[in-house]
Amino acid sequence: MRLEYTGLSDLNGSLVALEGVSGVAFDELAELTLYDGSRRYGRVILIEGDRAVLQVFEGTRGISLENTRTHFTGKPMDIALSREMLGRVFDGAGRPIDGLGELYPDERRNINGSAINPVSRQYPRSCIYTGISAIDGCSTLIQGQKLPIFSGAGMAHNELAAQMVRQARVDGEGEFAIVFAAMGVKNDVADFFRRNFEEAGALPRVAMFLNLASDPIIERILTPRCALTAAEYLAFTHGYHVLVVMTDMTSYCEAVREFSSSKGEIPSRKGFPAYLYSDLASLYERAGMIAGRKGSVTQVPILTMPNDDITHPIPDLTGYITEGQIVLDRNMDQSGVYPPINILSSLSRLMKDGIGKGFTRDDHPALSNQLFASYSKVQDARSLASVIGEDELSPLDKLYLKFGRAFEQYFVRQGQQEDRILEQTLELGWALLSILPRGELDRVSDQELDQHYREGAFETLTTEEHGQ
Amino acid sequence: MSEYQIYSVNGPVVKVSGGRGLAMMDMVYTGEEQLIGEVVGVEGELTTVQVYEDTTGLSPGQPVCSTGAPMSLLLGPGLLGNIFDGIGRPLRALEAASGPFLGRGINIPALDSGKTWDVTIPVKEGDTVAPGTLYAQCQETAAIVHRCLVPAGLKGTVTKAAADGPHTVDDVLVEVTDDRGRVTGLKLAARCSIRGARPMRRRLPVTRPLITGQRIIDTLFPIGKGGAAAIPGPFGAGKTMTQHQLAKWSDADIIVYLGCGERGNEMTQALEEFSELKDPRNGLPLMNRTILIANTSNMPVAAREASVYTGMTIAEYYRDMGYHVALMADSTSRWAEALREISGRLEEMPAEEGFPAYLASRLAEFYERAGYVETLEGKEGSVTVIGAVSPQGGDFSEPVTQNTKRFIRCFWALDRGLAYARHFPSIHWMNSYSEYTAELKPWYNQNVSPEFDKCRQRIANLLREESQLMEIVKLIGSDILPEDQKLTIEIARVIRLGFLQQNAYHEIDTYVPLQKQLKMMQTILRLYDGVKAAVDQAVPLSQFTATGVFDSLVKMKYEIPNDNLSGFARYEQEIDAALDKVSAANS
Repeated sequence: MRLEYTGLSDLNGSLVALEGVSGVAFDELAELTLYDGSRRYGRVILIEGDRAVLQVFEGTRGISLENTRTHFTGKPMDIALSREMLGRVFDGAGRPIDGLGELYPDERRNINGSAINPVSRQYPRSCIYTGISAIDGCSTLIQGQKLPIFSGAGMAHNELAAQMVRQARVDGEGEFAIVFAAMGVKNDVADFFRRNFEEAGALPRVAMFLNLASDPIIERILTPRCALTAAEYLAFTHGYHVLVVMTDMTSYCEAVREFSSSKGEIPSRKGFPAYLYSDLASLYERAGMIAGRKGSVTQVPILTMPNDDITHPIPDLTGYITEGQIVLDRNMDQSGVYPPINILSSLSRLMKDGIGKGFTRDDHPALSNQLFASYSKVQDARSLASVIGEDELSPLDKLYLKFGRAFEQYFVRQGQQEDRILEQTLELGWALLSILPRGELDRVSDQELDQHYREGAFETLTTEEHGQ
Repeated sequence: MSEYQIYSVNGPVVKVSGGRGLAMMDMVYTGEEQLIGEVVGVEGELTTVQVYEDTTGLSPGQPVCSTGAPMSLLLGPGLLGNIFDGIGRPLRALEAASGPFLGRGINIPALDSGKTWDVTIPVKEGDTVAPGTLYAQCQETAAIVHRCLVPAGLKGTVTKAAADGPHTVDDVLVEVTDDRGRVTGLKLAARCSIRGARPMRRRLPVTRPLITGQRIIDTLFPIGKGGAAAIPGPFGAGKTMTQHQLAKWSDADIIVYLGCGERGNEMTQALEEFSELKDPRNGLPLMNRTILIANTSNMPVAAREASVYTGMTIAEYYRDMGYHVALMADSTSRWAEALREISGRLEEMPAEEGFPAYLASRLAEFYERAGYVETLEGKEGSVTVIGAVSPQGGDFSEPVTQNTKRFIRCFWALDRGLAYARHFPSIHWMNSYSEYTAELKPWYNQNVSPEFDKCRQRIANLLREESQLMEIVKLIGSDILPEDQKLTIEIARVIRLGFLQQNAYHEIDTYVPLQKQLKMMQTILRLYDGVKAAVDQAVPLSQFTATGVFDSLVKMKYEIPNDNLSGFARYEQEIDAALDKVSAANS
């Protein structure tokens, strides 16, 4: 028998309360039927005796205290899963919206997932090559990593993410699948990604979950959970290497804040709820690999830092959870460098164990270390030059300035369609280091210097380029 | 039908109705799945319980059972080399029970009750025992003897003692009858409440260093055994890396590594690495002396609050056997945030930045459990606490960092700028401090050399001078500085790159014994003294830098093996040769 409760006792924002209910469980999914027969869904977020509070995903517009009947489904929110999800488009709550009909599910799973037992994890060690020098060379992406892009409004984060997805490659076997979750982004952005996947011929390998800027915010909170449930299923049941692109985490966090304040919770920093860290962790920690299973879930979340401020709670908490970050830089962007990656503040925590001997090339760790160290001295030279003028600098500082410019123009900068193999990236790095005197290179061993350091390599490189 | 039922559910906070019998801090099983929880408040008919697992599916009316005892851990042999969740459940057994994703409501004791240990029982019938008397012991790992001691509060005569031989943790080994005739059975393992400090005889002063093999720590900012230190730093500054290095190379007998609200992959990495690496002192796998406690950031937040106490209780348990234990907590900020989150759900009045008003007292309670003590048995043991702090936005003025600073005496401030330049460990020498330096000086004088402290001070002074000079250099460049100040900058560069910076991935450099640290300091200072004398005679510094001797010293850390320090003679010759060469050119 289908038990329905008629009417509600309270309405507030996206929350509704019912009284006199029994047998309702925390986090249970409820179905609300409006007077016109339309259906909405909600989740139990609080029970107190015979009173239950529901969060309605589609919003409460048109709901009154009397025109609604509520049915509790007896299970938490879950989504239908199948391999056929690839190539399909879903809304933020995991329902197909591409007009191709319902999915025939192999399985249904709770979208909240559960934590991977640290004992069962496999420590990620294999590279994903993106063909982008700044990433492959200095902040290498590893299978099973969560590596966000910290960007600002108007910078080329979407282009960069699309390029990473297009060019992604792994050593050895394994098939890629892409799960794309859009949260509160404009229609154009979703369309940009769709076009990009289409041009690369990747659409049949993509599952898209779209919650656009005009869609309800409660659904936005579900979007990444649905997408990650799909990703985990594809990775650990079907053995795909899944790349999850989530954009824009800032909109997601704002949705969490809006929802929290409608519940009347005590806010902490900038009005965000105190549990934002745990909430974000429950998403980001779903990246990884499991020992004995073939697939992997790699996350590339994109977030736009409000006012380019890296200490804002959203990038700050994200940085504490994710395994590094790729930071885009306003100055680089303005001087026309694509991708405008700020090498110094970017970091891949898993890189150290996935590169070098036995993984990429023996000199990779030392070289990237040296590039970081030298480029950080460029900043000192630049700030000095801005005070005393470039002419007054010591000859060594002038070399550093030259190195800095060359590094940005030749190493970081590359075309959106330019796919550099790792060899190219590393050789380029050594050529740039040849601008500096050998004695300045303190992070590389003498053997490595003997093998790779060629005086004048940079000049050869530039003349070749002009010759072409 | 249980006496108590669920009344309301709000995230991990559950209210229970049905009676007044539940006591504060009692452990309870909640709902049909028997999720573990703890009583945190009682208000008339309603009792508030904080549940340590995801509460999805709990419903009013479901039963709640009380265990009648506070949250406790089963402590005994078999803890070492293992990994537990925040409330002490063994993760390997959980994996066997529920697969790679953590299930709920699985209650597995911390210790394997099927395993037998070869136990020696030194007491016999008729012996009088008091708190701290050794009643059983077994070899837990090749290096660690597990000693079972009579718990506090129990005094009496042994009325029954089992024979030596194989026993499981559940076997009663000894029965003690007290003067009122009550009989208590003692086993290999015992339950212990996690919230309060374990008893000991008295505290002793901190006089011995915890040798970490990390140069900047052992020389500039040493920590004593039984001390407390904090490692604050913004994300990406290398807190976890520093903690891992300390866990690997510290000369403690036992390491308790607590991953509190951090990344799952990091725990997996610790598990893998510690199993592969060998302890430099006895050649055994490091995992043999390590206990890992993992509450990753997506595991239940209430268990995060409990995890620091779980870690501390285990550390104290081994301390009581007379071992030196180091507890690494990464990160205490996540624990403070868990307090904040639960406090919010309990609708308590928030203080600074939403943290509860009792944040400072909880931090104090935690760090005060560190100490060098005389145990009930009369042996010496210690718990050293090293807590990572993750300040919001990297701003050290936030409440967790500020309150932590009041209760620790060693502050290793990590710096974002150093991390960006890949200078690791990124402990900033100007912002860090250690209050143990003076207390540890006699030990260094006696066990290393009186030279050590002198070198330490000279190195610290040179770094301070450099930092002042750099303020000027930033404004006007280094060219116009007088030669002796240029030398200070140049030698400080050698100190920073060649001494303070340490490569955790380099076979030799990852761990450096004290004697070698001293030699390195002496070699650098030898160069400084030689060049200083010449520069004072108006010889330009550039003549010395041209010889390459400065650059050569920067790389010395990679060239000299830890077990054979004779290689330093080569550097001394090189320095002398460079000095001679320049003086010959100028005469």
